[in-house]
This record gives sequence, structure tokens and C-alpha cells, in this order.
Amino acid sequence: MSSELSDVLVPLPEIVLAGLASLVLIVDVFQRSRQRPATYYLAQLSLLATMVTVWATAPDQPVVALHGTYIADTMAVVLKLFLLLMVLGVFVYGRRYLDQRGVAPGEFHVLGLFGALGMMILVSAHSFLTLYLGLELMALSIYAMVALHRDSRAASEAAMKYFVLGALASGMLLYGISILYGATGSLDIATVGARIGDQAQLGVPVAFALTFIVVGLAFKFGAVPFHMWVPDIYDGAPTAVTLYLGSAPKIAAFGMAIRLLADAMGSSLADWSGMLVILSVLSMGLGNLVAIAQTNIKRMLAYSTISHVGFIFLGILAGTAEGYGSAMFYALTYALMSLGSFGMIILLSRRGFEADRLDDFKGLNARHPWFAAMMLILMFSLAGVPPLVGFYAKLAVLQAVVHVGQVWLAAVAVLFSVIGAFYYLRVVKLMYFDAPEGEVGVAGQGLDVRVLLSLNALAVLGLGLFPGALLGWCMAAFG
Amino acid sequence: MTFEKFVFYVFALITVYAAFRVITVRNPVHAVLHLVLAFFSSAGIWLLAEAEFLGITLVLVYVGAVMVLFLFVVMMLDVNLAPLREGFVRYLPVGGAIGGLMILEMSLILASRHFAAAKALPPHGPHYSNTRELGALLYTDYAYPFEIAAFILLVAIVAAIALTLRRRPDARRQQVGEQVRVRRQDRVRLVAMAAESRSAGPAEEEGS
Repeated sequence: MSSELSDVLVPLPEIVLAGLASLVLIVDVFQRSRQRPATYYLAQLSLLATMVTVWATAPDQPVVALHGTYIADTMAVVLKLFLLLMVLGVFVYGRRYLDQRGVAPGEFHVLGLFGALGMMILVSAHSFLTLYLGLELMALSIYAMVALHRDSRAASEAAMKYFVLGALASGMLLYGISILYGATGSLDIATVGARIGDQAQLGVPVAFALTFIVVGLAFKFGAVPFHMWVPDIYDGAPTAVTLYLGSAPKIAAFGMAIRLLADAMGSSLADWSGMLVILSVLSMGLGNLVAIAQTNIKRMLAYSTISHVGFIFLGILAGTAEGYGSAMFYALTYALMSLGSFGMIILLSRRGFEADRLDDFKGLNARHPWFAAMMLILMFSLAGVPPLVGFYAKLAVLQAVVHVGQVWLAAVAVLFSVIGAFYYLRVVKLMYFDAPEGEVGVAGQGLDVRVLLSLNALAVLGLGLFPGALLGWCMAAFG
Repeated sequence: MTFEKFVFYVFALITVYAAFRVITVRNPVHAVLHLVLAFFSSAGIWLLAEAEFLGITLVLVYVGAVMVLFLFVVMMLDVNLAPLREGFVRYLPVGGAIGGLMILEMSLILASRHFAAAKALPPHGPHYSNTRELGALLYTDYAYPFEIAAFILLVAIVAAIALTLRRRPDARRQQVGEQVRVRRQDRVRLVAMAAESRSAGPAEEEGS
């Protein structure tokens, strides 16, 4: 009995965040100023406090608690730290942007915190039930955040699309999980994994369940051919919300993929790895090719997300500890780069001006050479140019794929990255070699956004120069 | 026929009758009331099957909350049902085909050997409480998912309010503070007037 009592405190980070998020909700009600400064600072403080708790309670060995519904391991700790960091960045970037567009700041921060709570629950789920509930907590918060800008038709439409397709994806995932439950009689991920490994006669139902689970995952990730929602929602949502849904949920989705595919169905590796090959090649191909045709930078980055998801899948499908580690490194660094590039759009926007066309970046170097250089770093990193972190992420993933003997897959990935480099370099060309059009300026945003953006881009550079520590950490999570 | 079987058939007949009336009565309020009856009888059947918690929840949630909401909606919206009833003959073939398919599927499943082989569960002792067992599971094994579900509901509340509550500048609302603070001098003005004679005219007589 005493061991069960101490169990209650294993998910302390989640408890801290849930408590503080509820506190933010209450404090928000009692504020009169429209900008709600107390809400903002308290929300940031909650994220910091949660990060400290995650760090302080990090276990040496995986700990399963609360009747097998919760697991604390190195992967969960690293993913949680990074996704909280991303949400923290989103709040800094989005604060003034949302204020300029009349979006209720209190609700944005509260929903953002609850979404982060959902992601934390998702990455440390040890039961399908917890996993699904975490996913829904995250998704519901994001649907509402997309719709928060009520005066914008595009945002409402995006929220509706996201809601319907997200519900469809959840349905697929649940259907797959229910078949797995029927076949193995358990919701516990470790038990399911063990039973699938032991009993060969489960082959057919498991393959059936696997198909639905992979489809659900691909929807959530936005992999081709389940990518239709990504560009519309990235484009339609307010940029601060795009920032949120383009960064942290990718990390959480990676955690979910590992829990579902590697932990629960590791013994069916041969089955799901083949499915992921198709998804991955299609995503890299379509994402990179269609991104070239875009004139809106938010849509361009949305298609670029699709292509990067292909790379994350490459690492997962290798099915080795090296593959998982490199995919994790890729997901973390991609979230960082995505945060920076959408942050740049926010930096250039101001009241009544979105800066979401590619032409808005024309001649940025002439006006603001420092921020043009930061954008250069981000774009080069997304394209995979050494010595930036995007290069090492791609290299690690490709290495993992080559080590399992799928050399052709690595060759295809390199080919599509080269094609993809075109549209990233086009942004650089617009910034450095074209004459400025209209009023491109960073005056619309505050000092905090400028400092954070610089730090963000320099982190991309720094991690590129010294990738060892983070890469080692990611590998250790699966060692 | 045992007593349980008798009770079951009574409840089942009432359920089927009420469900049939829901779609045949013309008055929407009557339809909702028949639906309430159908829920009540289903709750009775669940109680008979030793699923007390489900039965109680059905009455509390569906009859107590959802149906009351339905009644409100039906009474507030003046729905004209005549257009809804048009085209019955036109939709009959499609509806009939779908209904027939559903009956076929259900009979295939219910008549299959898997269901025939299933035996009735042994009845529980007199002190067994379905609600207590569910509660014990919910607050021990599933305490963590249960708490997460609570947060999902909280997010739903926040999202619903954030998306629908809109402060319109032209909306008129009571200012209770102002109402309490109001003084007689602000509202009533006593004017000293000289008395007038009654022979001013018939028009003023009517006005006073």
C-alpha cells in the first residue's frame, strides 16, 4: 500500500503543470487590463516550474507507476523538456502579435498550457487509455486555439477542417487500439507488446490494427497521403497558433509513434516499417515538390513540415535504437527550426500586416541585416546545409537507414532534400538580392521577440557546431 | 415464466412502444416525452441486468439533463414539422433498403454460433453493488485517466466559452452597482406648482 502512495507523486511534473494551469485560469478572470500581464508571466512561470520539476524528478531507470498507466523514462524526460521549451518560446513570440489582432490572451495561454499538459501525458503514456486521453487533451486545446481569432474567416475555416480531420484521425487510431485490445486483452503497452511477441497466431488481427494505427499516426503527423489539412491549417490559423502547432506537437507525436510502434508493436517491425517507407517517400517527395510552387511562406513552411515528417519516419522505420535516437534528434531540432522560422514571420508582422507572403521578405538584408542573417541560418538549417543542426539531423537519420541496409531509401531522401533546398534558398535570394517592397520592418514587435529570435537562430547554429551532447542524449534514451 | 422475465417483457414492450411513438406523434413535445419514457424503461432493463450504475446514469444524465435541454429547444424554436414530413414516399425505398440491411446484419450476428454459445453470467450475491465496483476501479486502477478526462472537460468548457462568449459593445445589460447607488434626486424631480382650477377644459380632465 505504501508503494502505491508514493506512486501518486511519480507524475509530479504533470501535477505541477495541471495545478498551475488551473491557477492561471483563475488569475486570468481577476484581471482588468486587456493585455493580461499577470496571466502571461504566470503562464511562463508555470512552464519554467514544470521544466524544473521534470529535470529534478528525472529517473535513472524507467519507472512505471499508477497501475501501469504512466511511465517516466529518459525519452519522456527529454521530450517533455523540449516541448515545454517550445511552448515557452511560442508564448514569447505570440504575446504582442495576439494583442494586435484582438485575440483573447488569457484563453490562448490557458489553452496552450493545457495543450502542453496533454503532450506531456502523451509522451509518458504507458497505457493506450492514457495515450488517447493525452492526445485528445492536446488536440482539443489546439482546435480551440486555431479558432480563437474569431474575426478571421480563414481561422474559423481552418479550425473546422482541423477539428473534423482530427476527429477522423482519432477515430482511426481508436479503432486500431480497440482491435489490439480485442486481440491481446490488455491496454497496457508493455503487456500488449509482450503478448504480440509471444503469440504468433495474433498475426492477422495485429496487422489489421497496425494499419489503422499507422493511418491515425500519419494523420496526426501530417504525412502524405494524410497531409491535406496541414497547409490549410498552417495558413489559416493566426501565426502565433501556427507556431504552437508546428513545433511542440511534432515532438509529442514522435513520442506517441515510439510508444505505439516501437514499445507496443516492436515485434511487428517488418510490417509497420514497410508502411512507413511508403509514407516517408511520398511525404518527402510531395512536400518538397509542392513547396516550390508556393507564394505564401506559411504554406511553404507547411509543405516543408510534410517533407521533414518524412525524415522523422525514416529514422523510426529503421527500427533500431540508433534509428529511434536519430529520429528523436530530428524531431527536436525540427521543432526548434520551425519555431524560429514562424517566429520570423511574427517578427516582421505588425498591426494589420501579416508578412506571410514570400515577397514580404524581399530586401530584408538592406533594412535589417542582423535578422536577415538569422533567417539565413534558419533556412540553411532547414535545407540541411552544414555546419547547421539541420545537416546533422539529416545525417544521423540517413546513417541509421544505411545501417539497416536501406541504401536506396537514403539516396531517395538525399535527392528530395536537394530539390527542397531550392525553395529555402529562394527565401535567402529574396532577402539578399532583391530590392525591398513596401515597408518591411521589425518595429511591430517588442525587444523580447527580437532577443528570442536571435537566441533561437543562434541555438540552431550552436547545436550544429556541437551536436554531440543532444545527439548523445537522444541516443541514450534508447540505449 | 419467472418474475424477472415478466418484468423484462413489460419494460421491453413499453420501450418499443415509446420508441415507436417518438417518431410517429405529430407534436414534438409529446415526442420528447415519449423519448423520456423510452429512456426510463431502458434504465429499468439495465437495473434488471445488474448494471445499476448505467441505469442511474441514464436517468440522471439523459432524462435529467439532456431531455430537459431538448424540451427547452423544442419549445423555444417554433419548428414547423410539415416540411420534414414531405417526401416520405420518395425516401421510403432507400430507408426501407437500409433498414432491411440492418435487420439482416443483426440477425446474422445474433444467430451466429458465437453468440449462441455465450452463457448467461452467474448472478451476483445480494450484497454486490455494481456502482461500488465501478467506483473502486475508477478511483484506483484508472485514477490517472479519470483525472485526465476531468481536464479534457475543463478544456472543453474553456474552449466553448472562449469561442462563444462575445462582448458586444451595443449589448444592454444591468449595472447593478449603478442601480443600488441611485438616489431619489436623480430620478424624481418635485416641482412646486400653483394649484389650478378644475374648469380648465375637458381635455385636461381626461389626461389626468
